[in-house]
Amino acid sequence: MSQTHRAEPAEDAPLVIDVHGLTKSFGATTVVDGIDMQVREGEIYGFLGPNGSGKTTTIRMLCGLLTPDAGEGTCLGHDIISESNLIKLKVGYMTQRFSLYEDLSIRENLAFVASIYGLKKPRQAVRETLEKLGLETRANQLAGALSGGWKQRLALAAAIMHEPKLLLLDEPTAGVDPKARREFWDEIHQLADNGLTVLVSTHYMDEAERCHKICYLAYGKLLARGTVNEVIRQSGLVTWLVSGNSQRRINRLARDLAGRSGVAMVAPFGATLHVSGANDNALQNAISPFRSDADLAWRKVESTLEDVFIHMMQSASDNFG
Amino acid sequence: MASRFSLSRLGAMIRKEFIQMRRDRLTFAMMLGIPVMQLVLFGYAINSDPKHLPTAIFVQDHSVFSRSIVKGMENSDYFDIVARAETVEEANELISTGKVQFVLQIPPDFSRELQRGAQPKLLLDADATDPAATGNAVAGIRILAEQVLNRDFEGPLATLKPQPDPLNLIVHRRYNAEGRTELNIVPGLIGVILTMTMIIFTALAMTRETERGTMENLLTMPVRPFEVMMGKILPYIIVGYIQAAVVLAAAYWLFEVPVTGSLGLLAFVLFFFVAANLAVGFTFSTLARNQLQAVQMTIFFFLPSILLSGFMFPFRGMPIWAQWIGEVLPLTHFLRIVRGILLKGNGMAEIAPDLLALLAFLTAVSIVSLNRYRQTLD
Repeated sequence: MSQTHRAEPAEDAPLVIDVHGLTKSFGATTVVDGIDMQVREGEIYGFLGPNGSGKTTTIRMLCGLLTPDAGEGTCLGHDIISESNLIKLKVGYMTQRFSLYEDLSIRENLAFVASIYGLKKPRQAVRETLEKLGLETRANQLAGALSGGWKQRLALAAAIMHEPKLLLLDEPTAGVDPKARREFWDEIHQLADNGLTVLVSTHYMDEAERCHKICYLAYGKLLARGTVNEVIRQSGLVTWLVSGNSQRRINRLARDLAGRSGVAMVAPFGATLHVSGANDNALQNAISPFRSDADLAWRKVESTLEDVFIHMMQSASDNFG
Repeated sequence: MASRFSLSRLGAMIRKEFIQMRRDRLTFAMMLGIPVMQLVLFGYAINSDPKHLPTAIFVQDHSVFSRSIVKGMENSDYFDIVARAETVEEANELISTGKVQFVLQIPPDFSRELQRGAQPKLLLDADATDPAATGNAVAGIRILAEQVLNRDFEGPLATLKPQPDPLNLIVHRRYNAEGRTELNIVPGLIGVILTMTMIIFTALAMTRETERGTMENLLTMPVRPFEVMMGKILPYIIVGYIQAAVVLAAAYWLFEVPVTGSLGLLAFVLFFFVAANLAVGFTFSTLARNQLQAVQMTIFFFLPSILLSGFMFPFRGMPIWAQWIGEVLPLTHFLRIVRGILLKGNGMAEIAPDLLALLAFLTAVSIVSLNRYRQTLD
C-alpha cells in the first residue's frame, strides 16, 4: 500500500502554508470553520473530505480568491489577506472545472498565461511546454476540443509554466481515466522532488495514499491529519474482514450487523464484508454471536483509509449534520 | 510589482479578446448585422411625415368648387383618394375599419353657401389615433382648400378671395429644409446602434468568463482589474468605430445626410461615447450572474435610452422629470452632438456642454465599475 511513497521531505523544511483558524461563511452556512493547516516545502499534501466539506473554499482562501471571515496566516511567507497579489505570482492553481479558454487554441491559451505572468521569454516558454506535453502537432487545436485527460494535462502545464513555488490542485483527476491519473501523479511526484509544494484535493483513496501527508475535512472542520498511517492509527478503528461461502449469507450478515451497538460501520467489498468499530471490546461483543458460524471466516485486519474516512464521515454527520 | 499597470498584460488581454471575438461567429455577425438591420429598419421605415394617406370623399354637392377641392387633394402628396362614400354610414365605416385615414365631407349646399359668402363648412374626418400620422396632412388641407378655390373666384366672385394677411410670416426650416425624417433619424442611429451593441458586447464578454468558469482562472493570475477592464473595453472601441463608419457611410451615400461639420471632431466625441457605453456594459457584467441577466439589464438601459433621449420623440415634448432622466443618458448628449456636427456644422464650442456631460457620465460609471469589479469570488 505504501510502496508509492517517495522520499518524504524533511520534518524541519520551512512551512509553505501556515494558517490558523480560517473561517468562511456564505450567508448562514459556515463552509469552513476554524481550520489550521501547516504544509512544509516539498510536501504533497492531500486534502480529503466529502462533497461540500469546504475543500474548494479553503483552497480559494489560500490563493486569495476568497477573503476569510476570520483567521490568519501566511502562504509562501506572505500574508493571505493583505498580500494576495504577491501570493498569486508564486502559486499555480488548477481549478476543479477546466478554466482555460475553450475557444482559444492550446498555443493561444499558453501564450496568454505566459504573458499574464510576464514571463521573460514567453514564446520559448510556450514552445517548451508544448514539447513537454507532446502537443506540438496539435498546438493549433481549440482547447475545448481536447479530451478530459488532455484538458487536465494542459491545465497542469499552464499552472506550472511560471514555475510556482506552490501548486494548488482542486480535484485534478475527476473524470480522468486510470492510466492518465497514474501519469498525472507520477508528474506531481516529480515536481515535488524538485522542491515544489503541492496541495491536492481528491476523492480517490489510492491518490490519498500517494500523498506525503493528508488531512480530512468534513462539514468545514478538520477531523484528522498526518501521514496515512498516522490517520489510520489515530482513528483507533478496528476492522474485521468477513468472507463467506455465499454472497447471500454475506448480505444477510450485513443486515444483521448494521445498527448493532459497537458496530460503527458495515461495508461490503465484493464478496467480503468490512465490519468496523471504534472500540475493540464492544465490536468483539457485537460480532461474537456470528463468529461461530461455519459459513463465515473472520479475520482481524488493519483498517483501510477508506474505512477510516467513511467512519469519520458518518460520525461527523451525527455530530454536525 | 504585481500592483503596477503592465502594458504586456493588457496586450495579452486584448489579443485574447480579439481571438475570441473572431471565433464567436454569432457575435461577429451581430457586430455588422445590427447596424445594417437597424439602418434599413429605422432609416427607411420611420417617417414622421407620412404621405399618400388613403382618403375617402363624401361629396353631396356637385359643383365646380367641389371638383376643384377634390382635384386639389388628388394632386397633393398627402391624400390618395381611394373611395367615394355615398352615405354618412359608409363614410364612418371606412374610417372605423381603418380602410381610410381621412374622410372629406362636402355638404349639399356647399357651393350655394359659398357664393352667398356664408362661410360653408367643409368637414375633414381624420383618424387621429396616431396624431403624428395625420398632423401634417391636416395642416396641409387648409392651405390647399384656399389655394384651389382662389382660382375659381373669378369675376363676380372675386370678392370672396381671401384677404391678404396683415403680416407676412416667413418660416425658415433650417438644417433640414425639406423636413426629411431620415436627416433626424439616421445620424441618431449611430448613437442608438452603439448604445445597444457596445453595452451588450462588454456585458456578455465579462459574464461569459464567469459562466464558463474562466473567471476563476483569471482571478488567480496576477492581472489587475484595470487591465481586465481595459482589455475588455479597448477591442470594442475599435468595433464601435467600425460600426459608426458603416452607419456614417450609409448615411452619406444612401440617405444623403449632409456632413456639414468636422468628421474628426465626430471621431473624437465617438471615443468618449463608446467608452461610456462600454463602461455601462462592464458595470452590468459585475452585477449579472449569467449572460441572460446581462442581456436583461442591457434592455433595461436601452429602452429609456431610445425613448427618452430624443431619438424617437421630441425631447422638448417630454415632461420635466423625463427630461431629467434623459439628461443623464449618454445617448441624449451624443444625439445632440452628432446632429449638431452633421446637420448644423457645429464645432467644439457648440458641443462642449454635451461633451462635458458625456465625460462626467463616463467618469462616474468607470468609478462604479472598477469598485464593483471583484478580485475575489466573494
